[in-house]
Amino acid sequence: MSYQSHVPEERAEMLAAIGVGHLDELFADIPETLRNPPLDLPEGLSEPELYRRAAELAAGNRAASLTCFLGAGAYDHYVPAAVDELAGRAEFYTGYTPYQPEMTQGILQAIYEYQTMVCELTGLAVSNASLYDGATAVWEALLMAERQSHAGRFLLSGGVHPRVRAAVRSYAAAAEYQVDTLGGLDGRLDPAALDAVLTAEPAGAVVVQLPSALGVISDYTEVAEVCHRHRALLVVVANPLLLAIVKTPGEMGADICVGEGQPLGIPLQFGGPYLGFMAVTEALMRKMPGRIVGATVDAEGRRGFVLTLQAREQHIRREKATSNVCTNQALMALRATITLTLLGRQGMRRLAEVNLQHAAYLRDRLLAVDGVTPVDDGPHFHEFAVRVPDAPAWHAAALSAGFLAGLPLSEWDESLSDALLLCATEKRTRREMDELVGVFERLAAGGGR
Amino acid sequence: MKLSFEQSRPGRRSNAVPRCEVPERPLDELLPVDLRRAEPARLPELAEPEVVRHFVALSRRNFGVDVGFYPLGSCTMKYNPKINERCASLPGFLNLHPLAPDALAQGTLAALHEVERALAQLCGMAAFSLVPAAGAHGELAGMMIVRAWHRRQGAARTKVIVPDGSHGTNPSSAALCGFEVVEVRSNRRGGVDVDDLRRVVDDHTAALMLTNPNTLGLFEDRILDVAEVLHAAGALLYYDGANLNGILGRARPGDMGFDVVHVNVHKTFSTPHGGGGPGAGPVGVAERLVPFLPLPRVEREDERYRLVTTGAESIGPMLTFHGNVGVLLRAWCYLRAHGPDDLRAVSGDAVLNANYLRALLKDVFDVPYDRRVMHEFALSGRKQKEQGSSTLDIAKRLIDFGFHPPTIYWPLLVEECMLIEPVETEAKETLDAFAAAMVQIAQEVRDNPEFVHAAPHHAVVRRLDEVRAARQLDLRWRPPD
Repeated sequence: MSYQSHVPEERAEMLAAIGVGHLDELFADIPETLRNPPLDLPEGLSEPELYRRAAELAAGNRAASLTCFLGAGAYDHYVPAAVDELAGRAEFYTGYTPYQPEMTQGILQAIYEYQTMVCELTGLAVSNASLYDGATAVWEALLMAERQSHAGRFLLSGGVHPRVRAAVRSYAAAAEYQVDTLGGLDGRLDPAALDAVLTAEPAGAVVVQLPSALGVISDYTEVAEVCHRHRALLVVVANPLLLAIVKTPGEMGADICVGEGQPLGIPLQFGGPYLGFMAVTEALMRKMPGRIVGATVDAEGRRGFVLTLQAREQHIRREKATSNVCTNQALMALRATITLTLLGRQGMRRLAEVNLQHAAYLRDRLLAVDGVTPVDDGPHFHEFAVRVPDAPAWHAAALSAGFLAGLPLSEWDESLSDALLLCATEKRTRREMDELVGVFERLAAGGGR
Repeated sequence: MKLSFEQSRPGRRSNAVPRCEVPERPLDELLPVDLRRAEPARLPELAEPEVVRHFVALSRRNFGVDVGFYPLGSCTMKYNPKINERCASLPGFLNLHPLAPDALAQGTLAALHEVERALAQLCGMAAFSLVPAAGAHGELAGMMIVRAWHRRQGAARTKVIVPDGSHGTNPSSAALCGFEVVEVRSNRRGGVDVDDLRRVVDDHTAALMLTNPNTLGLFEDRILDVAEVLHAAGALLYYDGANLNGILGRARPGDMGFDVVHVNVHKTFSTPHGGGGPGAGPVGVAERLVPFLPLPRVEREDERYRLVTTGAESIGPMLTFHGNVGVLLRAWCYLRAHGPDDLRAVSGDAVLNANYLRALLKDVFDVPYDRRVMHEFALSGRKQKEQGSSTLDIAKRLIDFGFHPPTIYWPLLVEECMLIEPVETEAKETLDAFAAAMVQIAQEVRDNPEFVHAAPHHAVVRRLDEVRAARQLDLRWRPPD
């Protein structure tokens, strides 16, 4: 295929204007030994052929048509139709970083609205325009902490998603910082234990997750106090939907709130592109990575929006920049903004409540099944763990019945190898939940399907 | 134009809010009141038609490749094929959970594997990881691989060299891995000064980061000498793939001697820029560096694909999940649609367009380097500055003509720089119209510099006060309380 318009006559005119006889002359700077290597690539497909091939591949993703009770960091929420329509407008998705604000007021204002919403959800003062995902947002938060503490050490709650912890460890290893873990997957952190750990050895930041990797919601206010006594920053990794209803990281005393914005109008897509959000206290504003949009006025006094505080960024400060972020996840931030605007103040709260209710219903019904026991007693958001008589077999049986029955927790913790982490969002119908329970009831009654 | 918040009325609702499917338990039982936020988040309250009008209005105050010419140097603003959007949006791709069992995700895994093989072929590298979420993320991955490899050799290599014209993400990525950043000078021809390079390289050098064609659109014709200098010192050569469009299908960084490579799929491989992302920055390596690639990787055995999530020497995972898969699927579409001849035609017209546009403008603006260019070229607005209008003014005046300005004031090597990349998907008439506008503006600079200085005249806002934006920080809407 080709998306190029030149016809041979035009190419000839252009070559003449340049003053060369043949296109090859324009590639003469390439040493001959390097020029025109053989390429072992298939012939190009036409548009209909491409679509057929794509449809074949998409059909091979059988998990995409199963009923999804799997969360564990990526959530199956309903994406309102208007989100695709609006984010799919070419003026938005075919543009780039708004370096020329006079012709990109659209995306700049959308980001300003996004920043406002992130501040409202997190309860903190300033938001940036996005980072790659939740995990990289955590790492960027730790870099901020390190720049002021120089402690070279971070403390992660065991309640932080294991894959997020793993990514943080990759970056920390390259930068030669120490990462230690405290507490379990339920995210409960005893302030006295934390105090002892920080007294023994300082850390620049403590990271907790809300809800924890097992879906447990805790109040980290006392944890914040302990951190601040030890001059450590508290970083809260939060689910943005839960923030509509839970005590905010700002109210808890957090310095930084980051998280994965995928629940806000972004489909599962096998893991990305997702959305890292970050909000900080006023004191930390100038240390924030990523783009930031600010309001200003034009030459005639009209309000307009521009990228601002650019002196932090790589294109100005180079190796002294707060981060190396250039291209971020702007279109995903736009999707989140549209979703939050559609849901609105009451709608977001109601959506969070419905998630709470659905998960509570599923958990109650499952705990009534013979042999199913709780792993912890919550409170939970839309995700929770239960122990079952034979987790691999029950998970497999549910799969055959058309359900992705959560995450077998052997992946995260050997002591939980008999447990499943299940999620019920607003998208799960009562019938779907009852049918899953029915599958487990039949298994409990003696291995039948 | 109003913010959504400024159009909000309490009680307005859309239909996005779901019904609860189950008998509701009292909220206090599920989430005690002391664990709840005091006040709901102050999000706007609008009905759906108002929301739609709001974002449609915003979109009409925005410019993209689908609106007009967007010659941002080093950004490769090429056409985003619509069939790619249709394919990537198939429910089978969209609704796939990242932790689904491999056996039930074979479609996406196959596509990712095909992308990886195609990139390896095109770049002449042994293998790629598709994990990095952007070019800068790929550079960071590359620097982490460089660091890990040298440690494996037992060497303490502390320095990374970048050219004086390098993109800011190069030194910032190196610094994030603890490397000291050292610059190498460019010579009169605009390429790396190989003598200066020999002076700068020592046995503390971990790597040189280079773009080729470089950030002036010039091919580093001494690249084989450069590779020799680095390799002789036991150092590695890193390729910033931002400018791959200029040599696509016609030369390969692996053949030039590069050890680590990143590509920007939102540049060379047509995935949309999204107003600032998402993109993707896959990182590729020579054979001896393969064990260090980040996780996960996609492997194939017979006709089955699986995600490999462990690797003893890997620099590890870099994201929660597997990469910007949706973006990579669009790149898959582009790669499957373009055979080898098609890909060579891409770089052919990219280079033709750049040289043509340069020929049209070289008598009106200063051209800093008197040699053929690849897919982009630099002009200097030095003459115009003397006449009373800066490159910034020229850029703002271009907006009035319906063109997005080129990259300005970068690279720093060129005074009053304009870096212009006309991409292969632009028609000759567009290039002619752009050149005519530039010529007219140059005339306006001579006749009426104040008019150019006051541009843009026809945009939705006039020139914005960026100094005020940084001094009187207003980074969010506040409710009037």
